[in-house]
Amino acid sequence: MVSARQQATPSCPKSADLAKHHAELMVKVAQHQDWVAFQELFLFFGPRVKAMMLKAGADNALAEDVVQETMTKVWRKAGLYVANRGSVSAWVYTVARNTRIDRVRRASSQAYDDIDDLDLESDEPTGEDQAHLSQQATSIAAAVQELPKEQREVIELAFMHDLPQSEIAEKLSLPLGTVKSRLRLAYGKLKVRLEDYK
Amino acid sequence: MTVVHHLDDSTLMRFASGNVDEAFSVAIAAHLELCGQCRAALRAAESCGGRLLELTDVADIEDDAFDRLRDHIEGSEINLVQLKPSDARPARHADASETSIPKPLQCYVGLSLDDVTWTTVAPGVLKRDITLSTKTTNKLYMLHIAAGKQMPEHGHGGSELTLVLSGAYKDHHGRFARGDIADLDEHDEHQPRVDGDQPCICLIAAEGHTKPKGLVARLLRPIVGI
Repeated sequence: MVSARQQATPSCPKSADLAKHHAELMVKVAQHQDWVAFQELFLFFGPRVKAMMLKAGADNALAEDVVQETMTKVWRKAGLYVANRGSVSAWVYTVARNTRIDRVRRASSQAYDDIDDLDLESDEPTGEDQAHLSQQATSIAAAVQELPKEQREVIELAFMHDLPQSEIAEKLSLPLGTVKSRLRLAYGKLKVRLEDYK
Repeated sequence: MTVVHHLDDSTLMRFASGNVDEAFSVAIAAHLELCGQCRAALRAAESCGGRLLELTDVADIEDDAFDRLRDHIEGSEINLVQLKPSDARPARHADASETSIPKPLQCYVGLSLDDVTWTTVAPGVLKRDITLSTKTTNKLYMLHIAAGKQMPEHGHGGSELTLVLSGAYKDHHGRFARGDIADLDEHDEHQPRVDGDQPCICLIAAEGHTKPKGLVARLLRPIVGI
């Protein structure tokens, strides 16, 4: 096994540059089925999606499978990614999350798909969209990194480890209400940051 | 239609992180279809997941993972999903008419509220249980409550979402009309009364059993099944 760390881009790159670069790669994949661009996206997201599945309790084989399935969807749906809806990372997260719901939790992600095509505008991304995306990525990155440790811990357990709020409460020996309020506080900070750039 | 009552931020974060079962995902997605404000809020919550994905420690993946993926894609008839130019493909309009059923609910009960089949559970109260396709202990159902009717006061065994699809009701949280959602936790007790001269149709996702207060309500519970 080759360490993915040696292949992939640094683990904490500057968010604005990363967001812009990923958006450009997605355009190449969507418009030209560009395998070089897709491989770069794969080398960045594959190891991260796998880490996310292992944290959610998948074994190695299932985690590898989910990476294959997620990245197949990224290839197939690249034309649906639009920069004005957010960063490529956020979009890949939703594709991986839905695959996790179907494959790891054995539940159904159909409801997510049903509303996925609302608000989609298919116009070519404009310079304005790109600039907006970079600013937004910077502000979200800052918001997540500035979260107090206890809020960061709760969102990490929810988004990456796939723990329900009741299990987060149990794990951290907290009342359920405290877990909910930490999620609300974390979301509030994110929202304030995003509104700065509207 | 202006949506006044929205999802709690902790519910949005829960949905964004994928921690919902089929019952709750359908009710939340149905509200999202009717509420542009919550859809925008969801994108913000999902961007949080995107950033955590960027920041996570990477796991080693198998050496041939990319080659296998490429072989798989090239070897099978994988259709690319393309967005057509916006003039050729009008954006799907949420809430086409006042009796349309949001898309996430359509595969269970049909396209229009007029087509839903009901079972009478009490005078003026009709119910439609929804059979889910995946395993969950939570329940999803619709209620059709006649004008002027009042539901028994009840608390909840866990969290409960009530989305109004038609008509309106009032309780101590305010007035709820089409698109509005009541996002209540286990400590909340309410006694909804149908407002106006039309029946009120709601979609309800509930965790555990609701706990009606009072003897009459407790006697009603096995009948109404709420």
